[in-house]
Amino acid sequence: MNQITAILEGIGSTIQLLFRAASYTPSLWRQRARFIDQCYQIGYTTLPIVAILSFFIGSVLALQAGYSMSNFGAKQFIGSLVGLSMARELGPVMAAILLAGRVGSAIAAELASMKVYQEVDALVTMNIPPAKILVLPRLAAVLVMMPVLAIIADLVGWFGGAIISKYTQSIAIEPEAYFSVLRRFMVFKDVLNGLIKAEVFGFAIVLVCCNIGLNTRGGPREIGASVTKAVVVSLILILVLDYFVTKALM
Amino acid sequence: MACSPTRNPFSHTESPAVGVSIEHLSKKFGSMQVLKDISFSVDPGEIFVLMGPSGSGKSVLLKHIVGLEQPTAGRVLVDGRDASLEDTREHVHMALVFQAGALFNSLSVYDNLALYPREHQVADEAGIREKVMRALQILSLENAAQKSPSELSGGMKKRVAIARALVMEPQLMLYDEPTSELDPVMSATISEIIATLKDEYHVTTIVVSHDRELALGIADRVGILMGGELVSLGTPAELKTPKDPRVAEFLYPKIDLKNPRFKKLET
Ligand SMILES: Nc1ncnc2c1ncn2[C@@H]1O[C@H](COP(=O)(O)OP(=O)(O)OP(=O)(O)O)[C@@H](O)[C@H]1O
Ligand SMILES: [Mg+2]
Repeated sequence: MNQITAILEGIGSTIQLLFRAASYTPSLWRQRARFIDQCYQIGYTTLPIVAILSFFIGSVLALQAGYSMSNFGAKQFIGSLVGLSMARELGPVMAAILLAGRVGSAIAAELASMKVYQEVDALVTMNIPPAKILVLPRLAAVLVMMPVLAIIADLVGWFGGAIISKYTQSIAIEPEAYFSVLRRFMVFKDVLNGLIKAEVFGFAIVLVCCNIGLNTRGGPREIGASVTKAVVVSLILILVLDYFVTKALM
Repeated sequence: MACSPTRNPFSHTESPAVGVSIEHLSKKFGSMQVLKDISFSVDPGEIFVLMGPSGSGKSVLLKHIVGLEQPTAGRVLVDGRDASLEDTREHVHMALVFQAGALFNSLSVYDNLALYPREHQVADEAGIREKVMRALQILSLENAAQKSPSELSGGMKKRVAIARALVMEPQLMLYDEPTSELDPVMSATISEIIATLKDEYHVTTIVVSHDRELALGIADRVGILMGGELVSLGTPAELKTPKDPRVAEFLYPKIDLKNPRFKKLET
């Protein structure tokens, strides 16, 4: 029973935080320095790890596809399989998982420590709403950076698949053939679907991690607890939202 | 108005002083009663010093005045408005110097001070710089402007917190133990700042302090909080000869080496 009320409370306070932050949208231009800093934190620092992981995801996809598809002589279609899986599913999901681990945890830790050390209280007494200067710039930045991360994930994943397809003896498909199949069986809508997914995941992760951070109570120990909670909730959220967004975009 | 040469850089001369009234305020954390039916008021432009043993609820009381805590019962009015409402902070400029400083750790000392005027666009960048440097100077912190809070000593953090509150030009200034970590000269400076803000600019001030010198030196009235109750309220002169034995013991504890307090606890 307690758990259920805690979850409902969490959902309620998250939605409240969203509306609060959104109400300060006009101040975004004045806060552009913070926005740019957050773009850097969210985008630039996550990019290398997203690229490395996507490369391997694309490679593994190509290997597995080669293994199963060559059984019925369909290995020339590897390009479309890797292309679609990356764009529609794995690109956005991987980018979101890395965002949760890399950025979500950092946001939760930073805001939780600001809360515990009364910096948030100080902002409130200064009549500077935390939703305005701590949450809004992060939400805006993730909306801008998440599609970029997802596109990079897609592209690197595709190239990973292409390279593996060429150099694995049992597959041995030239990049030209790989990419022409990829192009033939994919439409722009597939990529767009993936970007929308990424956008939804990224926004939800940042919002939830901000909320968990700002609702930290107690001493320094709770900072760690908040970080763990933020990451776990983000991961669950990615998988749950994935189902609903996929269904909605069908 | 904003540029008149006599205008104090640390006070809204144009805004009248505000009063605070605390009416039957009680606060419970879980089952622990921290504040018990407290009532008193602080007049506009008054310096009110709140004293009391550690853990008696002084910081909690200050948090109610700035609206960081919600009363369990009773209410706090600031300039006639309920302190627990968000809008009150829009209408009344309040500043609280937190007991632990509550500096923004990710910002330099300079940016800590400049945050409020920048966010509220009280002046252009040059004007803000002037205000900030002036406040830093008063508290002998000029050399610390570019440091980060983690590089400061305890007393320096306290001074930065005070400087940050000064820059906010509040109508109501709340200090939570402003002099607890400062050397005697700096403590005297703080007392002078508090008194000057009151005399010349009519800032209403509530100071939580263990510093008897400060309390007796600058207070208009002194309240003493014990175990969540206001046990004494009066002028500094009245406190020189307290009637309540608990207050006398608190203000003028005798160090009795033959019969130490901690030994009384053991028996
Ligand atoms: N957020 C909170 N949750 C639970 N208990 C609290 C909370 N804040 C304060 N308390 C309790 O309220 C009591 C009063 O605390 P407060 O900080 O007001 O003391 P104080 O008078 O300021 O003491 P000091 O002089 O040591 O600063 C303490 O017993 C403290 O444990
Ligand atoms: Mg205290």
